[in-house]
Formats: sequence, structure tokens, C-alpha cells
Amino acid sequence: MRAIDGAVADLKRLDLLATGDSVMHRLDARAKVLTTLVFIISVVSFGRYEFTALFPFFIYPVVAASLANLPGGYLIKKIAMVIPFAFVVGMLNPLFDRQPMAQLGPLAVSGGWISCASIIVRAVLTVGAAFILVGMTGFLSVCQALERLGTPKPFTVQLLFLYRYIFVLTEEGARASRARELRSCGRKGLGLSSFGSLIGHLLIRTWLRAERIHMAMLARGFTGEFHSGQLTRFGARELFFVLGWSALFVILRLENAASFMGRLLAGLLT
Amino acid sequence: MSHHIVEVKHLHHVYPDGTVALRDVSFTIHHGESVAVIGANGAGKSTLLLHLNGYLSPTSGEIRIGDFPLTRKTLPEIRRTVGMIFQDADDQLFMPTVFDDVAFGPFNLGLSGEEVKLRVKDVLEQVGATHLLGKPPYHLSGGEKKRVAIATVLAMSPDILVMDEPTSGLDPYARRQLLGLLRDFHHTRIFTSHDLDMVLELCERTIILHQGRVKADGPTRRIFGDDALLAECRLEKPFSMQGCPVCGSRK
Ligand SMILES: Nc1ncnc2c1ncn2[C@@H]1O[C@H](COP(=O)(O)OP(=O)(O)OP(=O)(O)O)[C@@H](O)[C@H]1O
Ligand SMILES: [Mg+2]
Repeated sequence: MRAIDGAVADLKRLDLLATGDSVMHRLDARAKVLTTLVFIISVVSFGRYEFTALFPFFIYPVVAASLANLPGGYLIKKIAMVIPFAFVVGMLNPLFDRQPMAQLGPLAVSGGWISCASIIVRAVLTVGAAFILVGMTGFLSVCQALERLGTPKPFTVQLLFLYRYIFVLTEEGARASRARELRSCGRKGLGLSSFGSLIGHLLIRTWLRAERIHMAMLARGFTGEFHSGQLTRFGARELFFVLGWSALFVILRLENAASFMGRLLAGLLT
Repeated sequence: MSHHIVEVKHLHHVYPDGTVALRDVSFTIHHGESVAVIGANGAGKSTLLLHLNGYLSPTSGEIRIGDFPLTRKTLPEIRRTVGMIFQDADDQLFMPTVFDDVAFGPFNLGLSGEEVKLRVKDVLEQVGATHLLGKPPYHLSGGEKKRVAIATVLAMSPDILVMDEPTSGLDPYARRQLLGLLRDFHHTRIFTSHDLDMVLELCERTIILHQGRVKADGPTRRIFGDDALLAECRLEKPFSMQGCPVCGSRK
């Protein structure tokens, strides 16, 4: 189960990336949250058969990640993890939707395949943007930003706990399955029955531990508010950042960039 | 200062599964006292300590911290007064880096960014963990975690320090350091330990728990001198009170 251990440590690395220092890191968290929201809404609001129009959107994650000095290989690996899930969601489309929509050489591509591919690309874009947001801001600051943007406090606190809970759960999971593996003497576990009780244990242990951690937070004066060193200001730089990117997203959303360029070119030539 | 008194009266605790962990436990600890709670595994030490800051609530009986009975209303105030170090340091560390973790409490107390930085530096120095500042807590060794956990509590400047096995897992040097630190802490200290030499060094008073009951409560020296009592409670004399294993002479 080193696999699980590794995956958790890897996820936590995302949290650590946020301690870096770069132009993007220094930006007020609210600006980054807003921009990411506009990005996600633009991407998600496309029609289900839209495929090529999605690609220009990759510019944002690529630019943001490189400005923030986030390690590209690591991000790509993490983001690639969502592809199987997205595929499961879109899997049935090719079966039900067999109408040919596009011609790829001699191959007729059905609408189902296009919408399935579209779902995958959208998942990669939105999850990628969210990952990069956390990587260049830190989850705590994201929650803080949401709160300062007017999200009700109970909601942001729950969000933060949920995030922590994932770590607690995976950590406990890694420990429990390590113990099980060590005692199964190289055989493939001890069958389904031990797995069942392991899951039961896991939930109780996670629950108890989450409670103790909550207790530790209360003991240190936690009242549902998150403080951090300095609150950054939403200045001209932030405004420019949000407006600039949002304008680009809206244009990319409303105009298919590829065909737009084509028309522009055609217009220039005639 | 009466507000550092810890008073436990007829405390019973029964866990939901029916295990009776504490039976009629009573004692009073005064300001500035240093008290050890010792006993065999499963005697109820952790259960007792978890009552002192309201994590567990008594099945029956009463707890008073200072002038307040421990109730839902006084809980936030009491939790600020009582600094608690858990048996398992993993339960205590939850922020992405050691700095954030130690700073969490002071920020909640309303200190400014600069003050917090100073305090974090100060307490990490006290526990000898300054070099761990930027590390994530989950990548620390067991003893390092323990030290950071202690720092997180010290950073709150509590009036009463409650510790569940503070020296378990520490190397001899870190243990020495912690002993010195506890000696310099002049408020009330209550801790459990299987490190009986530490108990002898730090505490004038010892409470022995045996199967959930207070079996003895008195001066540490006297308790460790009572061989019959120790044997009955599955305890032994501290090494420093036993004969020298090499030459057989007594200290
Ligand atoms: N959550 C729980 N539910 C049921 N029983 C429990 C629970 N926690 C502890 N116990 C039981 O209560 C008794 C006292 O446990 P406690 O943890 O207080 O012992 P301890 O004195 O701290 O022991 P150790 O020296 O091993 O830390 C034990 O018999 C234990 O099995
Ligand atoms: Mg214990």
C-alpha cells in the first residue's frame, strides 16, 4: 500500500507549494479565486459537443502554473488522475449517441465520442485550474478569500474541515492497510472479510481522530475564524489580473477562437 | 491565585461501550504544584486528563478549574487556561507547516503578525525545534512531532499545563531539555508518565491510579518508598532509587 501513502504525501505536496514565493503567490487570494471561478464557469458552460473551442483555454493553467513556478510534471501527473473518472462519466455517450457529427479522414466520428472527449477535456481544465489555484494560494487562504468575498462562514469552515478530513482519512487508510499487508505475509491480503472489517475500523478511527484534531483546534482558541499573518490588499494589480483574464475567457467562450482567427484572416485577405 | 486550582470531585467515567474507566476520583491541585498521575496501562490516566479540558464529560461528578465549574459555558475560557498535550502528537498537528501550526493558537488569541513570529521562534527554541520551522508536521520523526506539539501548547502561554506522557519517544537529550523546560514552568503542571525517574525529579506529589481508582495520593518520595503499594499497582521504583546494578550500592 505504498501506493496510498505516496498519493497522500503527493497531495500534501500541493499544500506546500503554496508556501512558495512568486508573482502569483503574492497576488491577493480573492483575485485568484475570482479568476478561477470565471474560468470554470466559461469552460463548463460550453455546449456538450464543443471540443476544439476548449483548447485555447489551456493558456490560463499553463501561464498561471509557470508564473507561479509550480512543478509541471507533478501537476500533469495529478491532473491526469482525473481522466479515468471523467471517462467513466462520459463512457456511455458513444453507445447512445451514434449520429455521425464529424469526418476524420475516412472515419465518421459520432456525436457520442465528441461529447465524451469534451467531458474529459473539461474535467482536465477545471480540475487543473482548481489544483493550480490551491498550489499557488494554499487551501486555507482560498477559504479565507471565499469568506472575504461574502461566502457564509459556516460554509467555508466546513470546506476547510472537509479538506483536512480527506488527509486524515487517507492517512488512517494508509496505516491500516500497511498493518494488514504486513501481516498477510505476502499473500494477497486476507480476503474480503478482513477488508470489510478494515473499512469499518477505518471509518471509526477517522471519525475519532478527526474529533481529537477538532478538539486540539478548540484548545488553541479556534472559534471558526482563520487567521494568517498578513491580509493582502485587493489593489490595482489584482483588479487588472481579474479583468484581463475574465475578458479573455469571455471572448474565448463567445467566439470560437479557431474559427475567429480563420475569419479574421479571410477578412484581411479579401 | 485561586484561578489555577484544579479540583476533581467524585468523578466517574463510563465509556459508551460500558467500560468503567474512572471510579470516584477526587483530588485538589493547587497553584504552582507539579503533580504526576501514574499507573499501569489502562489504569485510566488518559481518561482522567481528557476530562480536564472538557474533551470527555463526566458520567457523574464535578470538575472545577479555578473559580469555574467546567460547563459548556465556561469551556472556551477553560480551554485557554488549560494547555493540553495529547498522548499522540499526530492528533495535535494539523496545519501545512510547523510554523503555521505553532502560530495557529497565537493568531486565535489575536496577536499581530510580528508578535506571532516572535513567539513562534521563542517556543520552538525552547523545545529545540527551530530547524523544523518550514517542514510539514507529517514529515517529522515521532520525537520531533512531540516537541512541536509541546511548542504549539506553550505558544498559548497556558496557566495550567496538562501532559499525557510528554517524554515518551524522546531521545535522552530531548528528554533532558523537556525536563528543564518543565522545571522552569512555574504554573500548575499535571502529567502522566511511565518515566518514573522524571516523576521523581519534577514532582513533589504523585497520584497513583489503579483500575480507575485513586490508590494513593501523596509526596512522591514516600510513595516510591512503599514497595507493597507499588507492586500491587504494577509499578516499580524509579531506577535512581534502586540499587546500582553494577556494584549493588544504594544512592
Ligand atoms: N474510547 C473508549 N471506549 C471504550 N473504552 C475505552 C476507550 N478509551 C479507553 N478505554 C478503556 O478505558 C480504560 C482506561 O484507558 P486509558 O486510556 O485512560 O488508560 P491509560 O491509563 O492512559 O493507559 P496507558 O498507560 O496505556 O496510556 C482502559 O481499560 C481502556 O480499555
Ligand atoms: Mg494513556
